[in-house]
Amino acid sequence: MIFSFEIPLLILLLLTAAGAIIVKDLISAVLILGSYSFVLALVWAWLGAVDVAFVEAVVGAGLATVFFLLTLFNASPKDTEIRRQPVPFIAFLGLPMLGLLLLFAAEDLPEFSDPKSPASVHVSPEYLEQSYQKTDTENVVTSVLMDYRGFDTLIETAVIFTAGIACALLLRRDSK
Amino acid sequence: MKIFFLIVLITITLLIVVYLYRVMRGPTVFDRVLGLNGISTKAIILLVVIGTVYGRVDMFVDISTGYALINLVGSLAIAKYLEERRELANDAD
Repeated sequence: MIFSFEIPLLILLLLTAAGAIIVKDLISAVLILGSYSFVLALVWAWLGAVDVAFVEAVVGAGLATVFFLLTLFNASPKDTEIRRQPVPFIAFLGLPMLGLLLLFAAEDLPEFSDPKSPASVHVSPEYLEQSYQKTDTENVVTSVLMDYRGFDTLIETAVIFTAGIACALLLRRDSK
Repeated sequence: MKIFFLIVLITITLLIVVYLYRVMRGPTVFDRVLGLNGISTKAIILLVVIGTVYGRVDMFVDISTGYALINLVGSLAIAKYLEERRELANDAD
C-alpha cells in the first residue's frame, strides 16, 4: 500500500494523547482517552492487525472507560479535579532527549512486513509448516496459543480470573 | 474505485477532527459525550471502508459490530455515572 493513511491517524493519536494530559477534570480526560483508543484501534486495523484492533476497541475504548468511571464514582468529588504540579526542569530536558534516543534506536528495527526480520525467521516457519502434523489443530493461531504456549495461556487465564475476582470484590455495592 | 475509497477515508478522518474539537474544548461533559459518540460512529464507518480497501469486508464488519455494541455499553456507563453524581449532589444540598 503506497498511500500511507496511518500518518493522519497518528497525528490524531498525538492530538488526543496531548488533550488527555492538558484537560482540566478527570471525567473529560477519561472521555478523551476513549477517543484515543478508537483512533489507536483504527491504526491497528489499517496496519492489518485486525485482532489487536478488536481487543483495543473492546478493552481500551469500552471496558477501560467503564472501569475509570466506576473508580471516579467511588472517589470523592475533590479527588476528581487535577491539581497540577509545576514540571521540573530535568523533565523538560531529559524526556525530549529520551525520545530522540528512542527514535534513533527505532532506525535499527526491521522494515514493516520484512520477510527476513528476526520475528519471521525464528520459529514462525516451523509453526506454519508443521503445526497441523504436530497438534492436529486446523487453526494455526489456536495451535500456538493452546499447544505450543499452553502454560503461558493457562497462567494468563489465572491472572485474568484473579483480576475479575478483585474487581467484583472492590465494586460490591453493599460493602459498607 | 480505490481512489474513491481513499478519498472517503480522508474525508471521514477530517470529520473526526471536527468531533475531536468538541471533545477537547466542549464546555460541558455532555458535549464531550456527544462528541465521543460521533467519533465512534465515524470509527465504525472507517473500519468498514478500510475493510473494503483491503477486500476483506466480512472480517471488518464483525469488528465494527463489536465496536458498536461496546460503544453502547460505554455510553450507558457514562449516563449512569452522570445520573448518580447528580443524585449525590442533590443529597448534599
